[in-house]
Amino acid sequence: MKKSIAELKDYVAQTRRDIVRMVHGVQSGHPGGSLGCAEFLTVLYQNVLRHSPDNFNMDAKDEDVFILSNGHISPVYYSALAHSGYFPISELATFRKINTRLQGHPTTHEGLPGVRIASGSLGQGLSVACGIAQAKKLNKEDKLVYVLMGDGELQEGQVWEAVMYAAHNKVDNLIATVDVNGRQIDGDTKDIMGFTDLKSKFEAFNWNVISMDGNNLEDVQDTLSKAGVLSGNGKPICILMNTEMGNGVDFMMGSHEWHGIAPNDEQLANALAQNPSEIGDY
Amino acid sequence: MEKKDTRSGFGDGLYELGLKNKNVVGLCADLTGSLKMNKFQDEFPDRFFQMGIAEANMISMAAGLATAGKIPFTGTFANFSTGRVYDQIRQSVAYSDKNVKICASHAGLTLGEDGATHQILEDIGLMKMLPGMTVINPCDYNQTKAATIAIADHEGPVYLRFGRPKWPIFTEEGKFEIGKALHMRSGTDVTIFATGHLVWNSLEAAKALAEEGISAEVINIHTIKPLDNKAILDAVAETKCVVTAEEHQMNGGLGDSICQLLARHTPLPVEMVAVNDSFGESGTPMELLEKYGLGIKDVVAAAKRAIARK
Repeated sequence: MKKSIAELKDYVAQTRRDIVRMVHGVQSGHPGGSLGCAEFLTVLYQNVLRHSPDNFNMDAKDEDVFILSNGHISPVYYSALAHSGYFPISELATFRKINTRLQGHPTTHEGLPGVRIASGSLGQGLSVACGIAQAKKLNKEDKLVYVLMGDGELQEGQVWEAVMYAAHNKVDNLIATVDVNGRQIDGDTKDIMGFTDLKSKFEAFNWNVISMDGNNLEDVQDTLSKAGVLSGNGKPICILMNTEMGNGVDFMMGSHEWHGIAPNDEQLANALAQNPSEIGDY
Repeated sequence: MEKKDTRSGFGDGLYELGLKNKNVVGLCADLTGSLKMNKFQDEFPDRFFQMGIAEANMISMAAGLATAGKIPFTGTFANFSTGRVYDQIRQSVAYSDKNVKICASHAGLTLGEDGATHQILEDIGLMKMLPGMTVINPCDYNQTKAATIAIADHEGPVYLRFGRPKWPIFTEEGKFEIGKALHMRSGTDVTIFATGHLVWNSLEAAKALAEEGISAEVINIHTIKPLDNKAILDAVAETKCVVTAEEHQMNGGLGDSICQLLARHTPLPVEMVAVNDSFGESGTPMELLEKYGLGIKDVVAAAKRAIARK
């Protein structure tokens, strides 16, 4: 059953708690980008994907699929997978620790249900998603393939190979979201290797492009619904998702500084106090 | 003796696979004719993906197709199948345990006139270092065709390496067993372990050696990984000296794998016929094999050196 906006808000708060606790627990990981995508992954996993978390099959036959291309935001991904039932929530406590299935970057190698490809080295997820989408067309399935990339990730040339491929081959069961947070490790994306007008770039490649405020639950819900409606019309779909890195934890917002560092005890307490949730910590 | 290119063995094998296994799909990066994939493309257009000149996208997309249960065979030159896309293979295929078959033509010096940019001599090394990757380098048309068909039934990533020139067909048609060394000629003085085109040169060398009263055993190591350790150790038990022969760099190739095995189990003299830390250049395949020390006379000389070191 679909969750109400009020229920989703609680999940988002819990996801933020999970993210900062996981990263704090091992004093490594990427909280900033993870926090910015909490609303998106919550809506996607709780309300949008047609999938079977309690019966994970690698081939995703007759299911929707999500591929995380920017694998470093694994904390938000693992939280979304656990809260939709792919594995026990308690396992989040093992994040990045020895012998864990929750590796620093997601992998199929340790057998974690819900993960279908390793990611971390950037730029490969859109191509992988194209492959799954083409397989679904061969199978005459009407299910969709979603993929998330970072905006900095678009600097990888392979992304544009896949952008070109998907448009030329009318891969219209593919919904690619770009997390436009404007930040990357070395600074603001506009200063490192800026994009002028991403919308025009994707449209020039013959994609259907829509935008949303990725930190507004109603907008994320509505836009993902709209993307579903747009599918099957001869063009791949791109969602430009504007987000704030570190969203929901005030001291992590407004800079790229929290891309890949962990909060200390005091900062953790501060972050948790800003995000009470009824759901309960792992 | 009839000659045919090994890439045609791949193309014909892929076509046969297409007829019998509907999960087999083909991907090619703008080299359909060179890879002999046209027959598959014409007969199974829905299962053929023209990728354009975009090899990175091809490898990762193959990983996606494999995720969804297809058996993708990617086709391009060996250089663009390995070095150019190493990270895509490493992360999306090997580490992700995907059932992708990376099929690489025009490997080695015998690509010929196009020169060193296209003559990769490092690909076996690159691929065999990846955990879980199977590496196969068949020796003629029949063996390449059989290997192509066999790898579809092997669950896991495979690197299948073959070549451009017309080459003698000297193995029987039939079944291919991954990881099983093939005994080609018996001998008692020296064992020659060869792979790919160099199996033929090694057989010719063994004939020449016989005329001088030297008895050379020739073993075809078509599968470099996993290596048939038992067959190799059994073979050297009598001959006590070894020649390795391959169209590849000495570093990282078949000879290197065999040296590791022998060093751990039974150290013996080894002479390596391989390219010695050098790039290739333009020329005919035969001229290049001669110039870079991979000719029949080079295998003969290596055998004599190995025997002298016993």
